[in-house]
Amino acid sequence: MRKLLLASLFLLVPALAPAAGGGVPLQDADIDLTDQASLQRGAGYFVNYCMGCHSLGYMRYNRLADDLGIDEATLRQSLIFTGAKPGDLMISNMNPVSAEKWFGTAVPDMTLATRWRSPDWVYSYLKSFYADPSRPLGVNNLVFPNVGMPHVLAGLQGIQQPKFAEHPGTDGTPVKTVVGVEPAQGGTMTAEQYDAFARDLTNFLTYVGEPIKLERQRLGIWVLLFLAVLFVAAYFLKKEYWKDVH
Amino acid sequence: MSTDTPTPGFLGWIDYRFPLTKVWNEHLAQYYAPKNLNAWSFFGSLAILALVIQILTGIWLAMNYKPSAADAFASVEFIMRDVNWGWLIRYMHSTGASAFFIVIYLHMFRALLWGSYRKPRELLWIIGLVIYLAMMATAFFGYLLPWGQMSYWGAQVIVNLFAAVPGIGEDLSVWVRGDYVISDTTLNRFFAFHFLLPFLLAALVFVHIVALHKVGSNNPDGIEIKAKKDANGIPLDGIPFHPYYTVKDIVGVVVFLAIFSAIVFFAPDLGGLFLEAPNFQPADPLKTPEHIAPVWYFTPYYAMLRAVPPMFGSQFPGVVVMFGAIIIMFFLPWLDRSPVKSMRYKGQLSKIALGIFAVSFVVLAYLGLQPASDLGTFFARVFTILYFLFFLLMPIYTKLEATKPVPERVTK
Repeated sequence: MRKLLLASLFLLVPALAPAAGGGVPLQDADIDLTDQASLQRGAGYFVNYCMGCHSLGYMRYNRLADDLGIDEATLRQSLIFTGAKPGDLMISNMNPVSAEKWFGTAVPDMTLATRWRSPDWVYSYLKSFYADPSRPLGVNNLVFPNVGMPHVLAGLQGIQQPKFAEHPGTDGTPVKTVVGVEPAQGGTMTAEQYDAFARDLTNFLTYVGEPIKLERQRLGIWVLLFLAVLFVAAYFLKKEYWKDVH
Repeated sequence: MSTDTPTPGFLGWIDYRFPLTKVWNEHLAQYYAPKNLNAWSFFGSLAILALVIQILTGIWLAMNYKPSAADAFASVEFIMRDVNWGWLIRYMHSTGASAFFIVIYLHMFRALLWGSYRKPRELLWIIGLVIYLAMMATAFFGYLLPWGQMSYWGAQVIVNLFAAVPGIGEDLSVWVRGDYVISDTTLNRFFAFHFLLPFLLAALVFVHIVALHKVGSNNPDGIEIKAKKDANGIPLDGIPFHPYYTVKDIVGVVVFLAIFSAIVFFAPDLGGLFLEAPNFQPADPLKTPEHIAPVWYFTPYYAMLRAVPPMFGSQFPGVVVMFGAIIIMFFLPWLDRSPVKSMRYKGQLSKIALGIFAVSFVVLAYLGLQPASDLGTFFARVFTILYFLFFLLMPIYTKLEATKPVPERVTK
């Protein structure tokens, strides 16, 4: 009886699997939080290409500088373009009220983007813009259909053209959907260079999502080692006391 | 040490004014617990540990948390980033909430295994259920505080349940929220309740232990050790709680802390189960998330709520079923008609019934986490019925089955 119930539970799994965001499989971001050079490049890309609009509203410049091994002079010279002080939060200079008018939606803060999406999602998103003349800004995105953001990185990546597939719709007439993209044309970077760019940026945003992550894991090993030793002591203490219980 | 002879020294000075030695003896050094308790008995002391972790981390979180719609989300990130060790305190609190429920569910399952709700422990069981209700209320209030998308919309869904009450529903839900939508006012009162309830919980735990020490601890054999005493009136199968079970519980505590720390330090969101991904987005009253699911410990009941079809254009029957699933547990001591207490000596029917019940609870928890689908709703209905049948048919199957003979004394 119990086996039968368990079997029926497994039958449920495929039917109930949550549908993925835009219906396209995400690409593996393959990031490495211990790669400080990559994180530093990512920080540079973010302040240069993203921070015109997106804030890191819970992240402080000096925390970033400490964690990524950047001295204050370099921080002030290469990363702070908003007139902020090193102890300030990384707020974009764009007026959020105007931004909402321009893009039709509030510009999201990026501090926790990799935590409520995922690093793979952010990486795939950066690589999935394609030309779509039906959209107000001329581009669309595979993992975030009808996104309000322009393809800010088109100068680097170039423009990808959509690949279509036809399949019968519910009423029998064929429906055309975008299933992928053709390689980008017209960018200043090669495909490999752009992948590395997107990876560094994703790596940096993943760090920003939880700056304490590496420290937390480092500390966790010591905590578990301590508890392992404590377990041995507790176990033999119990054994000693219980010797006379029969 | 006998309680009558006066204690010398400073302790004597205290004992003359406060029954310190007496309390110590009655509840620890001369509280006789069955000597055959197994690993299932760890969960009682672990539940107290979980409560202490929650209260301590909670107080320290409250020192930097700001209960206002404008500041709440940012203040949590401030704790995570700028408060010294804030990230650890916060992860301990969020992991602690789930750990508390895991421990309590295992503690309750233990009671089902050993028949710990049977006479003379009916009140002990009922006090325990009141604790469980208080825990759920505390968790529900607390979940709104981070003011993320899931906090906001989860609270919206639950408070809307009150709106399903016929006649007074709309007014009732406004009264609970203090507003027409979940708002700053709601957040403020939820914070007040979330801070108050744990102290009520601690008081209830005290009452739970007083009741336990009146009737004595049950054991895997489900027999009363007080029935067989030696010349001094000490149960033959009893050993003093302290030091025997204090040193044993320390082993349980260390194992618990190891698992707890592994989650806190290496997987604090546990794949979205302990910290849900949408909650890393600030609450937005204008943007409903695609899929709203409560935290895992509420999902069995949420699955039941969704399983019941609306009747007469009202969701109220679902609400009744959901609350009924908890209320029915209060009747358990009188539904079980078996001549024996422990599952060890009950018949095959009881064992199958308990197995189906446990599977139903887990499957409903899983279904409650998933977006609604036709197949999911079908299975949720089947398992909701099985859940209730465990209770409703209990008077019949516990009477029908042949039980095994119960030993005179506890076994290994």
